[in-house]
Amino acid sequence: MQNQRRQLAGFLFITPQLIGLLVFSLFPVMYALVLSFMDWDGFGARTFVGFANFVDQFNNPDFWTAMRNTIYYMVLVIPFNISLSLLVAVGLNKITGKGLYRVFYFMPVVTSSVSIGVIWMWILNGDFGILNSFLGYLGIQGPDWLTDTNWVIPSIAMLSIWWGLGNNMVIFLAGLQGISRSYYEAAEIDGASRFRQFLSITLPLLSPTTFFIAIMAIINSFQVFDQAFVMTNGGPAKASYTIVYHIYQQGFIDFRMGQSAASAMILFFIILVFTLIQFKVSKRWVHYGE
Amino acid sequence: MALGAILMVFPFLWTVSSSLKDLSQIFLVPPTWLPNPVKWSNYIDSLTAMPFGAAYWNSFYITAVSVTATLLTASMAAYAFAKIRFPGANFLFILFLATMMIPRQVTMIPLYLIMSKIGWLDSHLSLIVPGALFNAFAVFLLRQFIMSIPKELEEAAFIDGAGSFRIYWKIILPLIRPALAAVGIFVFLGSWNNFLDALIFLNTPEKFTVPLLLNTFKGLYIADWALMMAGTTISVIPVLLIYIVAQKQIIEGVTLTGIK
Repeated sequence: MQNQRRQLAGFLFITPQLIGLLVFSLFPVMYALVLSFMDWDGFGARTFVGFANFVDQFNNPDFWTAMRNTIYYMVLVIPFNISLSLLVAVGLNKITGKGLYRVFYFMPVVTSSVSIGVIWMWILNGDFGILNSFLGYLGIQGPDWLTDTNWVIPSIAMLSIWWGLGNNMVIFLAGLQGISRSYYEAAEIDGASRFRQFLSITLPLLSPTTFFIAIMAIINSFQVFDQAFVMTNGGPAKASYTIVYHIYQQGFIDFRMGQSAASAMILFFIILVFTLIQFKVSKRWVHYGE
Repeated sequence: MALGAILMVFPFLWTVSSSLKDLSQIFLVPPTWLPNPVKWSNYIDSLTAMPFGAAYWNSFYITAVSVTATLLTASMAAYAFAKIRFPGANFLFILFLATMMIPRQVTMIPLYLIMSKIGWLDSHLSLIVPGALFNAFAVFLLRQFIMSIPKELEEAAFIDGAGSFRIYWKIILPLIRPALAAVGIFVFLGSWNNFLDALIFLNTPEKFTVPLLLNTFKGLYIADWALMMAGTTISVIPVLLIYIVAQKQIIEGVTLTGIK
């Protein structure tokens, strides 16, 4: 059934997506690569400057501020994100009324970053926010979460963990459902404790899921932008200025197109390297079963 | 677990409660849960201060068109990649997979320049067309699904004289409905909540989508928290209602797309 007409049909079927691939992905990537070697304000002439934009990034204090903030954010978010959602998924796996709990935990996931941002600006307000009121009951004087340079990244991290918990929980739950009951039954006969079962059965058999979640967590954390843009405008004093914020700021506010493209390329490269490293390291801890 | 569930929902409840308060009540320490008096006028004020109705319509139709068009083009490509051997198919499929690695920010400025060249800035086309014509993840996922359909089904139809398009439309599409639903939900959430693209491409407030309008609203009424909470509630409630009605499919959809 592989005649010429069918081959032609195959090609026609992919044509819309192929046009999209060329016009909205491949061409823009090439364009960005070319721009990263140009000096251009978006309107006037373009001049070829070689690697100057990349050098410029490494000499730009804003770039390093953005890097530092983004990495700090990742270090806070990823471990909590993964361990909390795993904990909740394991907890929910056997509980009655699982469906209803899933509904609640997943609720923030469907809400837009802007709505989430505004809600949390209100919760984290230093003077009359509900979080500090709660801390007040415990006799703790809470900080000005979003206007204190030391607390702004932890605040955004807290929000992001809350926001993404449901998503990862659902993926972990799916992973847990794939683990056969018979392993646990055998372990119980051997007298293994619940904690022991978690360590020796659940964790290893869940490692492909954890690996997937870890990869997505790293890629997503590198791209944090919306929350900082909506809640703090990157402030105070650039304390929540992230790498994507830096790309946006240079391109759309300062009209430094070449520099913006260069920092986007650097981000691309870093994500690529991190993902490759994860794949390499994964051979040591990810078990793909029989 | 129950405590955790309360913590997850609490910010929403607090938002709704605050949205019905008088400004003087908002700043009370310790905070009170129940608004007294209940100030419904916050909602009327928010709705008249900003074109929320238009933003809803914009978000709604942009999302609807995006979902329909993406499902159509992606499933067509997925069918071809899964079942038809044509020259260059392997190479093109690898190209699709490779582009999934590219972060959105890399193409941000070039896309803006392309949109400005073809006159789509401040037009909803800039939010619809790129996503509808290119979604490597959707193509990949649907292809995996179509691969599992036994080829005998197609061959039988082929012997009966059905062409490739009829097979796609009458046999493949109905069989991959669960996968289409999953991908559709992904596209729906992505399109409805898309902030960065709307921020970059749109200028006229009447053309704003819900997230973009809420961000502007925040900029203008930052001091009036009761009004802000009403505006936020207006932006959140419909999505939450859709979610509560369709939560089973949404969660299953995310599970399906997440794992594959």
